[in-house]
Amino acid sequence: MGFYVTNPDPFRHKVRDWLEVNCPESMRQPYRSEADLCWGGRNCKFQNKDQKLWLQRMVSKGWTVPTWPTEYGGGGLDREQTKTLNEEMARIHARPPLESFGISMLGPALLKFGTNELKQQHLPPIARGEIRWAQGYSEPNAGSDLASLQARAEDKGDHYLVNGTKVWTSYGELGDWMFCLVRTDFEAKKHAGISFVLFDMNAPGITIRPIKLISGNSPFTEIFMEDLRVEKNQVVGDINKGWTVAKYLLTHEREMIGGSGLSRAGSIPISKVAVAVLGMENGILSNTMLRTDIAHFEMDEFCLELNTERARDKVKAGVSLGAASSMFKYYGTELNKRRFELLMAINGSDAMVWEGGESRSGYLPKTWLRSKGNSIEGGTSEIQLNIVAKRILRLP
Amino acid sequence: MVLVLNEEQQMLKDAARDFLQERAPVSQLRELRDSSNSEGFSRALWTEMVEMGWSAILIPEKFGGLGYGYTGMGIVLEESGRTLTSSPLLGTATIGVAAIATYGSEEQCVSILPAVVNGRHLLALACDESGQHNPEHVSTQAVETHTGYRINGRKIAVLDGHIADTFIVSVRTGKGISLFLVPVDSSGVSVEQYPLLDTHFAADLRFDQVAVGKDQLLGELNGGLAMLEKILDVGRIGASSEMLGIAQEAFERTMEYLKERKQFGVLIGSFQSLQHRAAHLFGEIEMCKSLVIKALHELDENSGGNAELASLTKAMLCKTAHLATTEAIQMHGGIGMTDEFDIGFFLKRCKILESLYGDHYYHLDRFARLRGY
Repeated sequence: MGFYVTNPDPFRHKVRDWLEVNCPESMRQPYRSEADLCWGGRNCKFQNKDQKLWLQRMVSKGWTVPTWPTEYGGGGLDREQTKTLNEEMARIHARPPLESFGISMLGPALLKFGTNELKQQHLPPIARGEIRWAQGYSEPNAGSDLASLQARAEDKGDHYLVNGTKVWTSYGELGDWMFCLVRTDFEAKKHAGISFVLFDMNAPGITIRPIKLISGNSPFTEIFMEDLRVEKNQVVGDINKGWTVAKYLLTHEREMIGGSGLSRAGSIPISKVAVAVLGMENGILSNTMLRTDIAHFEMDEFCLELNTERARDKVKAGVSLGAASSMFKYYGTELNKRRFELLMAINGSDAMVWEGGESRSGYLPKTWLRSKGNSIEGGTSEIQLNIVAKRILRLP
Repeated sequence: MVLVLNEEQQMLKDAARDFLQERAPVSQLRELRDSSNSEGFSRALWTEMVEMGWSAILIPEKFGGLGYGYTGMGIVLEESGRTLTSSPLLGTATIGVAAIATYGSEEQCVSILPAVVNGRHLLALACDESGQHNPEHVSTQAVETHTGYRINGRKIAVLDGHIADTFIVSVRTGKGISLFLVPVDSSGVSVEQYPLLDTHFAADLRFDQVAVGKDQLLGELNGGLAMLEKILDVGRIGASSEMLGIAQEAFERTMEYLKERKQFGVLIGSFQSLQHRAAHLFGEIEMCKSLVIKALHELDENSGGNAELASLTKAMLCKTAHLATTEAIQMHGGIGMTDEFDIGFFLKRCKILESLYGDHYYHLDRFARLRGY
């Protein structure tokens, strides 16, 4: 420890100084929802000047994707440096400059499975926030049983002709390009006939329909593909080996969704909310039954944070996470659902207001309803438990 | 903060596991119960543990110990949880030593700690007076005399109370609570021992006009409650380490059983209803592993203590180890209910540790209070 006192980490100080000068004041507020974040793309609408400036400055350092190699627009940072950057950003409550499925899902898969040409073509625009990616995985008849997907890609020599329907595509109407699972071998066993392809969503043959959720919002879409042309050089990994890429990408998606159980930097502990709304009696929270559940929740939340930290330590120590991402996804999403159940209970009839009054446009009830999807999207809780049972516990 | 063991700690863990699996397997607990042993533990085994250096882990080097710290102690306790080993590791080497090494005078340390290192002296913390753990509830009293104090009262369910050479006793002293070191052979001390449901022993103590000198006061007069809470937090985290070992061992044995037991012509581990419960339990145990390492690190690095983390750890381990041991019985089915099969021993030992120094409910409440609600 003494080492750090006399010899402060020079990288940390460089980062701290740079952030101090370059992170606009308005970007140092905890974000309330996904809408407060910049998602990039061809039709990106910045909330304000600062948001645009913050993105441009971070892009210039490669810090929208700090771990990616510099040749693809990344920061070329190692894990320790990335951790330092994240810590320094958290210290001043800096918002992430850019959020996207390109960063969190496609990027890692391309880095692992993509050809050099594909990486050169797609990674830099992701890093700069120029292209927004959408995911084409689920189908009306392929949900939990994803590998039974039926979107057909017929071989037409230099290209494929794709026909089929994708569902639960997040923000499909805002997507510029799509990464998509299609069937390229119709005779093979279900896992063995799938390819992972990329295409521009402006191409002819695509129709997009929003799906309205119980929350009243439409964050998901259904995508209809009719005689859609997909170039053969846009296949990631080997033909008919797309399931390998798909699974790898899913572990990243799970970690991302599982992270929803973690309290966001700067967010208020749920017990503080409860005390403010319900008040104290005889030195403890007035609603003693609710108090027990809140204590349970805060303990579980702390444990998940620690376990995430231990997983990071493990990765650093060279131990692979693998199927453990399913455990995080299961635990994190179940925890997030509990968080909103508690918030609903704490706020009582105020939480029932859909519009008007003090309801902040029904933010709480809508977010509560939305949270019910956490344990369904990206593989249901039951699917995650199946994965843990089979891959980790090796049950028959 | 790194939440994985370093190389040295991993070596200690491996050595502890090898020793305990070979020298103190679960079958030894059964032998203790079925023999006429009236102490509930093996003195010969304790001598071997002392030779391994385990009595010295927490004792500073200047008193002949290893000064290896709580993380090392926790590792050994976790492994002894796996084998359900009955020994003075928790009562003497962890709790008793923490009390004396942290708060004892130079003279007290010199007279007791080297003897603990050698395995010749055992300790017990005597704080509870009713069936519900509550360190503030102290009616045992010390009245000042011109040579020191005179103690009257009783303590119940004292862990290792039947074998201790010195008791650390919480006593009301006018303006507050104080801690005293009381040798078992002091005039007026009587010990009534009994076996617990897990085959280990505990004792009720009676203090009848017990005269103690001023040099037997541990730490500050009337400052005992704050010290006691910190000593108890060490005990709670130590018990949590042991419960972590119990939970893992019960879980692993159950997973093995799911892979060998057949019903309806297939392995029962192929049933999804069992798979999901097993996978859920796996996740809960993983959370507890992180938590116990964190709590042990905190004991080593934060001398001010972290009461909130101690309660969180005890509450979570009570919940998870309870789930692991009860699911173990259920998933083993009928054979899990038989005395002949070992899995029931895990349920029993776990229950004792759950109740020790505050159960799940106690620590939920304490955690919430410490967080201000």
